Amino acid sequence: MPYDAPSDLDTFREEVRDWLEENCPPSMRTPQTEDEVVWGGRREKFKNPESKVWLERMAERGWTAPHWPKEYGGGGLNRDQVKVLNQELSRINARIPLHSFGLWMFGPALLEFGNEEQKKRFIPDIIHGRTRWCQGYSEPGAGSDLAGLQTKCEDKGDHYLINGQKVWTSYADQADWIFCLVRTDPTVKHEGISFILFDMESEGVETRPIKLISGSSPFCETFFSDVKVPKDQLVGEVNGGWKIAKRLLQFERSSISASGFGAARGSGALELEDYAKIHVGTDSDGKLLDGDLRGRIADHQMYAKAFGLTVRRSQEQAKAGQEVGHTASIIKYAAAKMNQDKYELMIEALGTEGLGWEGEGFDKGAKMITRAWLRSKGNSIEGGTSEINLNVVAKRVLGLREHQ
Amino acid sequence: MSFVLTEDQEMLRDTAINFTRDELPVKHLRGLRDSGKNGADPEARQKLAELGFFGVLIPEEYDGVGMGMVALGQVMEAQGRTLASTPILQTACIGASAILLGGSEAQKQEWLPKIASGEVTTALALDEGSHHNPAGVATEAERDGQGYTLNGAKKYVQDGHHADVFIVVGRTFGEAGDTHGLTLFLVPRDANGVSVQTLNTVDSHGAAHLTFEDVHVPESHVLGAADKGMDILEPVLDRGRIALAAEMLGSSRAAFEMTHDYLQTRKQFGQLIGSFQALQHRAAKMFTDLELTSSCVSAALSAVDDQRNDIAELASLAKAMAGETVHLVSNDTVQLHGGIGMTDEHESGFYMKRARVQEALLGSASFHRDRFAQINGY
Ligand SMILES: Cc1cc2nc3c(=O)[nH]c(=O)nc-3n(C[C@H](O)[C@H](O)[C@H](O)COP(=O)(O)OP(=O)(O)OC[C@H]3O[C@@H](n4cnc5c(N)ncnc54)[C@H](O)[C@@H]3O)c2cc1C
Repeated sequence: MPYDAPSDLDTFREEVRDWLEENCPPSMRTPQTEDEVVWGGRREKFKNPESKVWLERMAERGWTAPHWPKEYGGGGLNRDQVKVLNQELSRINARIPLHSFGLWMFGPALLEFGNEEQKKRFIPDIIHGRTRWCQGYSEPGAGSDLAGLQTKCEDKGDHYLINGQKVWTSYADQADWIFCLVRTDPTVKHEGISFILFDMESEGVETRPIKLISGSSPFCETFFSDVKVPKDQLVGEVNGGWKIAKRLLQFERSSISASGFGAARGSGALELEDYAKIHVGTDSDGKLLDGDLRGRIADHQMYAKAFGLTVRRSQEQAKAGQEVGHTASIIKYAAAKMNQDKYELMIEALGTEGLGWEGEGFDKGAKMITRAWLRSKGNSIEGGTSEINLNVVAKRVLGLREHQ
Repeated sequence: MSFVLTEDQEMLRDTAINFTRDELPVKHLRGLRDSGKNGADPEARQKLAELGFFGVLIPEEYDGVGMGMVALGQVMEAQGRTLASTPILQTACIGASAILLGGSEAQKQEWLPKIASGEVTTALALDEGSHHNPAGVATEAERDGQGYTLNGAKKYVQDGHHADVFIVVGRTFGEAGDTHGLTLFLVPRDANGVSVQTLNTVDSHGAAHLTFEDVHVPESHVLGAADKGMDILEPVLDRGRIALAAEMLGSSRAAFEMTHDYLQTRKQFGQLIGSFQALQHRAAKMFTDLELTSSCVSAALSAVDDQRNDIAELASLAKAMAGETVHLVSNDTVQLHGGIGMTDEHESGFYMKRARVQEALLGSASFHRDRFAQINGY
């Protein structure tokens, strides 16, 4: 049913509210720990059974991908309706039913560049969280210089044959499928890259976890030896993958940033200033005792607020038909800085309480923050480093030239 | 909250940008400086009035154009671009707002049309020390039968050297530091006992120290309720801060554009300096901060028109962000221009000097960080 007029929007809000009231299980309205996050896929264990119910109900309505077309199982909502849905979800502190590279970056790219058969085949499984995707972009010799990738893909008549290595592949060991950049022509750089999909259970695929400074190991080295891939799993044209790759990176940057690396306020957890008040103390006026820290916290919170307003402004401008291309890089750069500053301040506000690693003697929440602080160092690396994003702004937005 | 201009607002913005570019470029400010005019230009004031800029906030019934704060922000941003020295902030924003928010019907009828037509300009006489501190007012305002008698001194009053009427904040009750007990008075420049010491300021806009010695103010010139001046003063100051932030955004944008042009024309080592990555990254960071500041300014301007309840928070956000951005950009403008940027002949110094004044007016970034923290309860 199309809801276009504002009055319809009110009706829509009421319907959403009623539906959520009935369908969002109580335990899905509480803050969650990292191991409760639902990523979907064949191996999803659902630590809390209600998170399975929640995912199924949301996916049934297409609300895990509310603005995707209905014909592939999406919600078919317009921007205003999506906004209402999100407002209602955050009003009840609802958990995100599904975290997914499929939803955030691969799906949008496939909707734009995939053929009809591919969309029908892959999109519904993304929406329902049945397939977990990983991103096969980076290689040991091709990080920032992504187009320098070497993983070889040969045309063997009825199939492609893939050989090579990827690195930093987040969750490759838990993913069902990979969207992967491969080299189909070694004689040219950007024009010799293709975009291909395959099952991680294919013969010849091997993954090895890499441990991060935060202690967790969501990353893998991924090896491909003589992996056979059916030809209908190549997206777009042979040698035409770079265009898709770049577009997907834009989706990646925007989705990373829109969430501010998940740093959005109001998730029910304590905020930075709350920690500071508890661990640093306040004077009789309620002001933080450490005036310098207070000033830096305010500085950060203002930046965070400015960031949030900028994301909104860019959405509104896009809606009004104004050119907002490449704001993705500005926003990604700012989001990384903001999130890293936040965790630096968090650790400082916690004092020695923030220095625990594991075991007893430290608050559980504080230990999570310590890990998150370390993890945040990746924000200025993943999805394109801050330096690369500044390069993009300088060249594409400001038109500054390449060094001759 | 709206981040996209209406057609009318866009038209006003274009008019303002064209006007300041053609009639009040930085060269004009330089001229005022070199000829000893100290920022005052009656001819420009007349033209601003003809364009309706003084009446942007004033409703049509008082001869204004009633377009609101977002619209005024466009005028402020335009004048910030060329560092134009005009009475718009003090008169069209602060003066008009004080009378609109605090004035009686009779006062509105008396003053607003005169402000809209450019006949009268105003200046807020508030601070008494070298830092913005609204509660710190000590100027005595004593009841004297038919009104009040003012005694005290105001420091660095922007436009004080040429405004026709001062909006003086006096203390009718309590002592310096109290937020209650303040009262606002309209005091004509030529009232007995008012003396004006003109100041030459680093930005060439000029200002004044004012002294009030047994100045009699009739009851009809009290603005708003006695002792409750803060109720009007705070919202008026917030409008001023937001408008000033818009001006600062304009200055930052213009300084950035000048630098951006230079990066694309100046060659060293056989290369455009803009191709050096160290400079590209500085430019990209400046641009990012400009974008963030622009969002804050738009949000704050439209919050006033929408009468939202977070105007104070957004005003502090906008003023503080604009303050940091204008310093970053104006300092880098000098640096990236190299030696030429240090010369008086070049325009970059004008931006840097004005930035310092903009920062000090109506609360520095650190004043507003403190206020932001306070509003948010820490
Ligand atoms: C948390 C995290 C998650 C990730 N997830 C994935 C994933 O799921 N899939 C995937 O494929 N990859 C993933 N990556 C890899 C990521 O995309 C790369 O790490 C990133 O692109 C940088 O490449 P690199 O590590 O090879 O660093 P390098 O490219 O070697 O860069 C090293 C340093 O040099 C700088 N540098 C390089 N080139 C330039 C230049 N032209 N100008 C200025 N500075 C430059 C960089 O900014 C950086 O500071 C992830 C990385 C992290 C940290």
